[in-house]
Amino acid sequence: MTTRNVDVFYGEKQAIKDVSIDVTMDNVTAFIGPSGCGKSTFLRCLNRMNDTIPIARVTGDITLEGEDIYAPKMDVVQLRARVGMVFQKPNPFPKSIYDNIAYGPRIHGLASSKDELDNIVETSLQRAGLWGEVQDRLQDSGTALSGGQQQRLCIARAIAVDPEVILMDEPCSALDPIATAKIEELIHELRGKYAIVIVTHNMQQAARVSQRTAFFHLGTLVEYGVTSDIFTNPTEEKTRDYITGRYG
Amino acid sequence: MTGSILFMLIIVLGGIAWFFGRVKASRFSADNKKRGAVHSLPNYHGWYVALWAIGPALLFLMIWNMASPALITDAALTSPAAEQLPRDPFARGAILAEARSIASGQQVQAFNPLSQSMVEPYRTAISYYRTLGMVAALLLVFACGAFGWLRLKPELRARTKIERVTMLLLLFASLIATITTIGIFVSLIFESARFFSMVSPIDFLFGTEWNPKAVAGPRGETGFGAIPLFWGTVFIGAIIAMIVAIPLGLMSAIYLTQYAPPNFRAWMKPILEVLAGVPTVVYGYFAALTVAPALRDFAVSIGISGASSESALAAGVVMGIMIIPFVSSMADDSIAAVPSAMRDGSLAMGATKSETIKKVLIPAALPGVVGGVLLAVSRAIGETMIVVMAAGLAANMTANPFSSVTTVTTQIVKLLTGDQEFDSPKTLAAFALGLVLFIVTLLLNLIALRVVKKYREAYE
Repeated sequence: MTTRNVDVFYGEKQAIKDVSIDVTMDNVTAFIGPSGCGKSTFLRCLNRMNDTIPIARVTGDITLEGEDIYAPKMDVVQLRARVGMVFQKPNPFPKSIYDNIAYGPRIHGLASSKDELDNIVETSLQRAGLWGEVQDRLQDSGTALSGGQQQRLCIARAIAVDPEVILMDEPCSALDPIATAKIEELIHELRGKYAIVIVTHNMQQAARVSQRTAFFHLGTLVEYGVTSDIFTNPTEEKTRDYITGRYG
Repeated sequence: MTGSILFMLIIVLGGIAWFFGRVKASRFSADNKKRGAVHSLPNYHGWYVALWAIGPALLFLMIWNMASPALITDAALTSPAAEQLPRDPFARGAILAEARSIASGQQVQAFNPLSQSMVEPYRTAISYYRTLGMVAALLLVFACGAFGWLRLKPELRARTKIERVTMLLLLFASLIATITTIGIFVSLIFESARFFSMVSPIDFLFGTEWNPKAVAGPRGETGFGAIPLFWGTVFIGAIIAMIVAIPLGLMSAIYLTQYAPPNFRAWMKPILEVLAGVPTVVYGYFAALTVAPALRDFAVSIGISGASSESALAAGVVMGIMIIPFVSSMADDSIAAVPSAMRDGSLAMGATKSETIKKVLIPAALPGVVGGVLLAVSRAIGETMIVVMAAGLAANMTANPFSSVTTVTTQIVKLLTGDQEFDSPKTLAAFALGLVLFIVTLLLNLIALRVVKKYREAYE
């Protein structure tokens, strides 16, 4: 997935200025930066979730396997099936665990029979590392799970439609350290199967889970490179200041 | 001096008491500069004295006004003119009442010469007791005001005391509404009990013939079978009105919350809410004069038998329209209360807007919507004007929406309007019907509030 010269405006205010990033399939890419730097806004451009905000306007090129995702002929429904998203706060639907996972496959018509659907649900939950914990209570409400389980349920829900890219918007910020560790472990396991983009406030987390890191500041992309370089030997002074905790 | 002037005078005296209290408190506040030496601000001391001056006096006047009529009558009866009064309590009461209203200036001429003779003793007694009450009230103002004023000292916790009085005042205000409701309920129960001592509750609740008579018929039938009324009420209020109101209300709520551009919503929503403020009598004649004849003509033209110019359908449809704002605003609130994370989650899965609404928003908002619908039903079945004007009076048990049916509220109106004697079963039946209606709407409201509350907790 590539982006070139992307600008985002909220009404008159420019939230993102001229950002160009390539997201590759075999890497986990982390977006870091201080609050309000535009990293979440930029993430939401990648599956056009900014469309739901009437005053938001996006310019520049964002392509997924060569297709312009903002082209008029691009169906946003198809796009979001290919680019899944996990949110900051776990947001399972008030339905059973099974129905939560089956939601995407059902709307996209991915399963032609009950067995096939059962199969998708099982593999998705297994990939999300949740199967062992919930296999006996698939009909219980998804909202009855613990916070960490809910977030893994949301990841499983995103996986169920077999996307190419998964966007994670601070997926651990509402979770305790143990649940966070499980999500990070899960991200490791999913790497290579999906391109993963994760927005995080937690620099250690970015260092732990990602191979590429992009540092945003005031709507601009300050630096983008291999994670170990960014954390040990950043080229920009701003990045160094942020990473060493001098500000932000 | 009349009662209202006395009342004003007491208030003015209270104001003066406030002033004196304040002055005294300001003086000792000025003497005690140390922080905390004077517990309350001078203002509170002023209020403290004012309440002492006004409170006991007003309380006394209230009690005096309730007690004095009996004292006045007793005093009037000790006069020599009272010797000639008849012994019969009924005639005696009538004469006394007449004399009293002449004496207090509400009536000019007496019908009964005996009353005329009682006017003078009454007049003396009234003026005597009135003066007595006034003097006592004014004395109370001065005595209690002075007492309060004397109690003022720097460490008096006037502020805390005023706070407590404020609390009591607010408590009293809130109790009035509650006590009135309880009072209404109790009076309904008593009158209904009288009715059920004449007509068996079984006949009333399960009888199918409604044709109320003051006297029982030859086979002991009374015509108080209320089933046709209950059916008519449910048919119009809970079936036809809801068939109209639920889909329209829900869909308009969905459009307004999810699709409407903000400026359209900004003027559409108030218009919808104005609909809730239209007096029901206006809906009533709209139903009776416009909708009902149109529906009858339509029914006749497609050959439906039993079409009448007063129909369940006309009343139900118009009532449904009246109810739309209730359903729509409750649905609107509960859809808006669904966390936007839920909506975003669904959209991010690639669901379209309408799929998101159908599969996520509506199910999540359902309890709130159900609560709104129950409230709407309870309002619809208690609604009177529309059904009185458009539904008719014939107690038919029919599922034909074009024929005339009658409802509980219509029959209550019919039973209680005009000249009625208040102890015949025919009139008392109205109370029994009212009781049933009251209980049903109360239950519906309780269930609805519980459902809505439970749902709110789930997301907070």
